[in-house]
Amino acid sequence: MKLRPVRSRQGTSLLKHMRANKYLYLMLIPGIAYYLIFHYLPMYGALIAFKDFSIPKGILGSPWAGFEHFRAIFAQEKFWQVFRNTVVISLYRLVFGFPAPILVAILLNELRKMVFKRTIQTIIYLPHFVSWVILGGILVNLLSLDYGVVNHILAWFGVEPIPFMSSPKTFRSVLVGSMIWKEFGWNTIIYLAALAGINPELYEAAMVDGANRWQRIVHITLPGIRSTIIVLLILRLGHMMEGGFEQVFVLLNPSVLSVADIIDTYVYKIGLEQGLFSIAAAVGLFKSVINLGLLVMANRLAKAFGERGLY
Amino acid sequence: MRKEGSKIFDVVNYILLVFLAAITLYPFWDSLVVSVIPLNEYINSSIHWWPKQLQFDAYTYLLQMPLLWSSYGNAIFLTIVGTVINMIMTILTGYVLSKQHLRGRTIIMMLIVFTMMFNGGLIPNYIIIKNLGLLNTLWAIIVPSALNTFNLIVLMNFFLNVPQGLEESAKIDGCNDIGILLRVVIPLSMPAISTIALFYAVTRWNEYFSAVMYITDPHKWPLQVFLRAMLFENEAAAQSGGDSPYLLGQPIKMATIMISTVPVLMIYPFFQKHFVKGVSLGGVKE
Repeated sequence: MKLRPVRSRQGTSLLKHMRANKYLYLMLIPGIAYYLIFHYLPMYGALIAFKDFSIPKGILGSPWAGFEHFRAIFAQEKFWQVFRNTVVISLYRLVFGFPAPILVAILLNELRKMVFKRTIQTIIYLPHFVSWVILGGILVNLLSLDYGVVNHILAWFGVEPIPFMSSPKTFRSVLVGSMIWKEFGWNTIIYLAALAGINPELYEAAMVDGANRWQRIVHITLPGIRSTIIVLLILRLGHMMEGGFEQVFVLLNPSVLSVADIIDTYVYKIGLEQGLFSIAAAVGLFKSVINLGLLVMANRLAKAFGERGLY
Repeated sequence: MRKEGSKIFDVVNYILLVFLAAITLYPFWDSLVVSVIPLNEYINSSIHWWPKQLQFDAYTYLLQMPLLWSSYGNAIFLTIVGTVINMIMTILTGYVLSKQHLRGRTIIMMLIVFTMMFNGGLIPNYIIIKNLGLLNTLWAIIVPSALNTFNLIVLMNFFLNVPQGLEESAKIDGCNDIGILLRVVIPLSMPAISTIALFYAVTRWNEYFSAVMYITDPHKWPLQVFLRAMLFENEAAAQSGGDSPYLLGQPIKMATIMISTVPVLMIYPFFQKHFVKGVSLGGVKE
């Protein structure tokens, strides 16, 4: 019985299959328990958005409230403000941040000196491994009004010092710019992996046909990573309602609340600081549902255009 | 003509990439320099290319803070214990899910991938941690992120590439599935395993939001929360009156940053070469 030849699935009973693979199923238990407790239980817990939740009564025992909390938050000016902030910040990040790693990956791919390429890669991956708390501190240092390097450099060009971290005019740019700075290098990895998969013969053939550098990039390189770009774009759209929680949580300060308070910081504030669990859960659920909806829609659209899509 | 255009492209490309590398590195360099110069030099210099005078007051001040040591200890505990748990969970689950003949695999995969697209949100998670009695323990940080779905899929795809024949011959030699995993699959997958271990370790080292949420006792703070207190405590004061309150602590703040970044900077280059390989192998199959 030690040797298990491949049999058709219908051929073995489920019980026999499970006995033959008992160690595999045993090894799966911790993983399943993890996903149930820390992913599916919270989804169930999101029910409190439709209840008047109080801790002593628990999720099951609290009375139903229907869509009352949703109605309450949609009537709030503040909710629409954080909604708008989230969408605007997220859009900026999409428009400026999404193409950046693609461009850099193509540039890296054009390099022929491997040592140089690897050095650049090592350097530009680095900020990804540093926490937002640390980068927040570094940003404050660089952008400081009187002593920061950025304002010093601007002064050479006759620009008045800008209070980057506390001005509603500049704060979103700081958020988006620093996010791109932190992640553009790291995000090239997946494109570089896709670029490595392009058949080198294509380039050779194009060179024989007399295609120049630019033509090769447009006609071979870009089509070669198109499906990767589309998959990542779909995933990105599934995060449209995220304004970068960890980052904003570190950098947010009272003078820029009006432009940078996002859905997540709002949920944190009303839920954990004010204890309005049900309302906060409703806001959080609203966000998750929009994210999922956008992802599903983007995937459908991609498939309609003949792409493989995500699933 | 064509040759020349290509050359110009190369030159521009080199310049551009060197520029990108420079603006990536400079902020770290600036922080390092600020952490070791006296205050008057900080005030009077514009770009911190090189320290004219060296002064380590900021570091000696920091090293005398008991909270630095306790939070450093907590961060080391979190990183070691957390990463070990992460790796056990990821390897076990990833290995089982790489067995394509296993019944129920497809549905389990679907349920796992779904968690990447939809989540219950912050508040239900908080309630669960509270009900499990984990508030104010380091386990509240470790357990809810015991597995990362992205890393799981990458490792599973790596396992899928382990030659089937090797596993079969181990089976003939009398190995069960656990033996195969330990003696065949893990040794063959060390590049992927070490890359993913690094990902986890860095995430653990950098973890701060869950600590802010679940841990209120300063003695249980991990390093990042201590850092946050050090770096942003004077924030409100600075908002109202320029940056003089920052100024007092600027070298100290930058020293805090250096002390907490050095471990990451030291181990990172050793793992870096595996990154692209790990991700590309992970991306092939699914």
